[in-house]
This record gives sequence, C-alpha cells and structure tokens, in this order.
Amino acid sequence: MSFAEDLLAHAPAPATSRKVHGPSAIGGDVRRFWALTFTLARTEFKLRFFGSALGYLWTLVRPLLFFGVLWLFFTKVAHVNRSKGPSEAFYGAQLLGSIVLFTFFSETTSGAVRCVVDRENMVRKIHFPRMVIPLSVVLLGMFNLGLNLIVVAIFALAAGVHPMLSWLELPLIILGMVVFVAGMSMLLSALFVRFRDILPIWEVTTQILLYASPVIISVITVKEKLSHTLLRIYMLNPLATFFQQFRHAFITHATPSAGAVLGGWSALIGSLLVVVAVFVIGFVVFNRAARHIAENL
Amino acid sequence: MLHPLRSVEYDELRAVRDVSVAVAEGEFFGIVGRNGSGKSTLLKCIAGIYGVDRGRIGIAGRLSPFIELGVGFNPDLTARDNVIINAIMLGISRRQARERFDHVLAFAELEEFVDLKLKNYSSGMLVRLAFATAIEVDADIFLIDEVLAVGDAAFQQKCFEEFFRLKREGKTIVFVSHDMFSVERFCDRAMLMERGNVLEIGAPAEIARSYHRLNFGQLPHEAPEDGAPAAASAILDAWFENSVGERVASAGREEALNMCFKVRLPEDLLDPVFAATLRNELGHTIVVARSDQHGAGSGSFSAGEVLTVRFAMPNWLSASRYTLTPSVAREGTGADALALVEDMATVMVHGASSGGILELPTSVRIERS
Repeated sequence: MSFAEDLLAHAPAPATSRKVHGPSAIGGDVRRFWALTFTLARTEFKLRFFGSALGYLWTLVRPLLFFGVLWLFFTKVAHVNRSKGPSEAFYGAQLLGSIVLFTFFSETTSGAVRCVVDRENMVRKIHFPRMVIPLSVVLLGMFNLGLNLIVVAIFALAAGVHPMLSWLELPLIILGMVVFVAGMSMLLSALFVRFRDILPIWEVTTQILLYASPVIISVITVKEKLSHTLLRIYMLNPLATFFQQFRHAFITHATPSAGAVLGGWSALIGSLLVVVAVFVIGFVVFNRAARHIAENL
Repeated sequence: MLHPLRSVEYDELRAVRDVSVAVAEGEFFGIVGRNGSGKSTLLKCIAGIYGVDRGRIGIAGRLSPFIELGVGFNPDLTARDNVIINAIMLGISRRQARERFDHVLAFAELEEFVDLKLKNYSSGMLVRLAFATAIEVDADIFLIDEVLAVGDAAFQQKCFEEFFRLKREGKTIVFVSHDMFSVERFCDRAMLMERGNVLEIGAPAEIARSYHRLNFGQLPHEAPEDGAPAAASAILDAWFENSVGERVASAGREEALNMCFKVRLPEDLLDPVFAATLRNELGHTIVVARSDQHGAGSGSFSAGEVLTVRFAMPNWLSASRYTLTPSVAREGTGADALALVEDMATVMVHGASSGGILELPTSVRIERS
C-alpha cells in the first residue's frame, strides 16, 4: 500500500476543500479577469497588424477612406447637404464622426460573433471566466475608437469647429456606446456557438443599421420624410441617439440634440431602455451559455 | 445546420459516471484507460472546464488551470510573446511572467530563438517551450493530460527531473496517460477507466497490468496468426516475477527478476531447449537465457505435460520497458522452435539511468602510473 493510500485511509477529506464549479462567465479573481481581457485584446491587436506594411495605420485609414467615398458621393453627386440650412454645417465632420462611431459598433460586434468559437482551443483546455473573450474584443474596439476619435477631433478643428463645453458629454456618449456594444457582443458570441446562422444575419443587420441611423442622411431629412411614429421607432435605435447626440455635442449645436429631435429628453428613455435591455439580455444569455460552451463548441 | 422548424434530437453521451475517488495531498495519481474511456473528460471536470450534471468535486489548494501544453500559442507571434501570453493564461501576472521569462527560455534551451516566430519552430522546440512555461505556474494541484515526457531524450530526462522536483515539493498531480511506463514510474496510485466507469483503483503496477489486459485481451495471449497454431499455443503463459515469486509488471533495479513461462509440450521430448529472450523497448535483444547454457540436458518429457520454466537473473537492466519472448526447441541448436510467442510478457524497470543499456555492477580503482 502506498503512502498516499495510507494517508487516505486515516485522514478525512480536508475541511478546506472547496467545491469545483463548472465553467462560468465571470467568477475568479478580478485581477486575473482583467489580465486575461487585456492580454487577449493585446494579442489580437498584434496579430491583426502583423505582416501589413502600414500596420496600425489601416485602422485609421479605413474609416477615412469610407468617409472620403461617402463624402464625395453625397456632397458632389447626390447633394444631400444642399439647402438644408444651418444644421448641415460641418457636414463632413458630422459624417466622419458618425462613421467612426459606426465603425466601432460594426467592427466590434462582427468580430465578437466568431470570437468564442475562434478560441475553441482555449475554451476547451483552460479554466477561465468565459466573459473575458467578448469583452477583450470590446476592449480592442475601444482602443481603436479612441485613436479614431483623435482623428475626428483634428478633422473637426481643421474644419473650423470650435471646442465647446458640450465636449464633456463625450465620455457619456462613449460609455453608452460601450454598454450597448458589450451587450451585443456577449449576446452574439453566445448565440453563435449554437446557431451559426447568426453570422449572415448579423452582416445584413449591420448594413441596415448603417442606413437606419444618422450617418449619411441627417436626422433633419429623416424627420421631414417620416411620420412622428416612425421617427420614434427610428430613434429607438440606440445608434441613432448616440450618433445624433455626438453630432450635436461635438460638432455643432446647429443640429438638434437627440432629445430635441423628438421634442424632449424624456423621449430618449426608449432608446436608453433598449441599451440596458440589450446589455442585460446579452449578459444573461452569455452567463447561461458559459456553463456549456466548452461542450457545445 | 439546424433546421428552424424541426425539434433538435440529442444523442446523450455519458462520458463519465459514478466516479468516486479521493486524491491525497502530495499524491501522484494516474488515470489510465483506452481512448474514449472518459479520462480526459474527468480531468476537464476537475479543472472546471466542463460542468458536472450530478455529483460533487472538491479541491483544496490552488489548481493549475492547464490541461494541455501550449494552449493559446499563436504561430504568428514570437516565443517571447507566446510565453508571456501563455503564462498569463496560467494565472501568472504580467510582471511575474516577464521576470520568469529568462528562466523559461533557459529551461527550454531556446535562448537563441527568442525572437523567432513560433511557426518556424520545430514541433519538439514547441513542446519544450510549452513545458517550460507550464511548470512556472504557481499551483498546488496539477492536472496534466499526456504531457509527461516531451522533446528529445535529453529533454525528457529534464522533464522527469522536474516531475520528481514537484513530487518532492509535495505537489499533487493528477495525470492522464497511455504510457504505463511513466504511470508506474511516477504514480503512487492509479485508476483504470473504461466507458466512463472506474474499473479499478490501486497500485500503478496492478493498474498497468489490467490496462494491458484490457488492451491486448486476457492472458494467456492468443496464438499469433502465422506459424503453426498448435505450436504457438503450446506456450500458455509468460510473466516476470520477483525473488519471492510474485508476478510483477514493474521492477526496481537490483532485485532479482525471474523470466517465467508455462508450456504444454506438443510432443515427447528428450532434453528440449527452453529459452527466454529479453528485448528492450527498441527491440534490441539484451539477454538470451537457455536451459542448455551449462551443458546439462533438461530431462525427458512426454507430450501434453505442462511445465513451468523459470530463468532467474539479477536485475541489472537500465530503466526501460522489456519484453519476454518464451520459446521451446528440440535438442540441438535451438534454432527451430517448437513453440515461440513474441513479446508475450512485459516488465518496466525503473530507477535512474546511467545511459548504458545495462547497469552492471562496476568497481573502480585509480592508480598513478
């Protein structure tokens, strides 16, 4: 009989024994959670720009190129900004701001769809809080957004926008975006494990959302064309609220604030509820899925 | 692809059930079993990667989160980046990971390749790097799946030394392996699993024996297809035993080791030659023991008699896996065997190795000339 068997025969299980819980979405200590999130985001960042000559510059150049195309087409060919009065001042800066925010939304969420499945190897071999994966995608998105916003600020200042006190609203707008995007990312990544249809569905949805929020077409034009009920539905899209508020607070007060579009701040409750709902649903769905993600991959 | 209107049917697979086992602090516990027996699933349940539907798993102490080597290694990143990432996943802080980085590289003997991308590494270098990282993790309990010995022979020796170090430090290790040699070498106890159930828990040697039996069928071994079937089946059993006559599947060095087999004679024989051939893992013949070695005849026997033949020898074998090939031949050269079964019994010899294939007792005298 080995020493260990002997030991077992005489000693009961240690009183300090703690139960092993299955995999969870969060859990574990906060420092490891953060270290993992940060490391994954950092690795993804390194990988994405590995082997490209311009490296990180692409992240800045891409929204700018997209902006250039849209700006040329809609101001020189389609003339969407002509004779719309003062709200179309700084159309370029407004367009660029919206594009940058939209890029944050679309790139992060579309990256999040596959993120858990792509890290199958990790998920099946290491015990760690699963929530780290979608959140690392959001973290990387936030980093890119931050740098892109600097470009927007430079562009706006060059276009003649003066710094305003309302720039202080920016962190709140970003926070709202991040909560919304994080909720979406958790939801999509958890659903994609079981339903691979999510990927094409989400591709189409982002395309629709591009036109269903004030990126190219300003909210003033939308307001003219839509009935009040349809406008309320339009403004239920959190992106519409955030983009419009960004254009108002950061570029020019000539364009109405998100609240003013519907005639009062209380009208924003709807879209903010959508943000909270998406986050809560995303969190709950991911949490429930986390336990069996390793088996379902 | 899921059909949206069809209800999904599931095949339920119970990978592990009714496993009840306690592993003591400081114990090396092996889990063996054939492919698909549920051993890796069990390990993942202990690690918390899979949740259990029923039952309770408790641990006391810090659990190393790794099950396999090199998880999260990315071929497009350098060794430096990968080691840091891997270490953080294993629960080490970024600063600690940087501090220990040099040690990891030194252990893996890959200092000159630190900035080489992993895709340019050979597979051996890769596992060395992974192993060196994995042993840096601070934990009391390690769960290890099939990674006991990696790399070339010299590095394997280093791995074994690391395992003995962990053992000395009182770490608890649960590991899954197909390699009975390492199970017997390291484990205090082992468990044999089959189709999700525990078949047996006990001493590693016993478990290894049961495992071999599970894999290769019940003893006595069946006759090989080729050759005369009657002659082949004449050898009923073969085994190794120690000096007190117990059958063993592993042996420490310097104990006596008997090579034994049981044979039913196919015909009347005068002075037949019984022989036992011992081969090592590589198939080299190490010892050939013959009953006519000393010139004496073995005697007169009639057909159908069942004999037990024992060759005793001092165990001067170096650590390896050895197989016994018993044979019987008519009087003469012993070249034409009446009965012979290749590699019928196996024994593991453990102990430190000097590097030679035999550990003959030597003495030394140094003189100035």
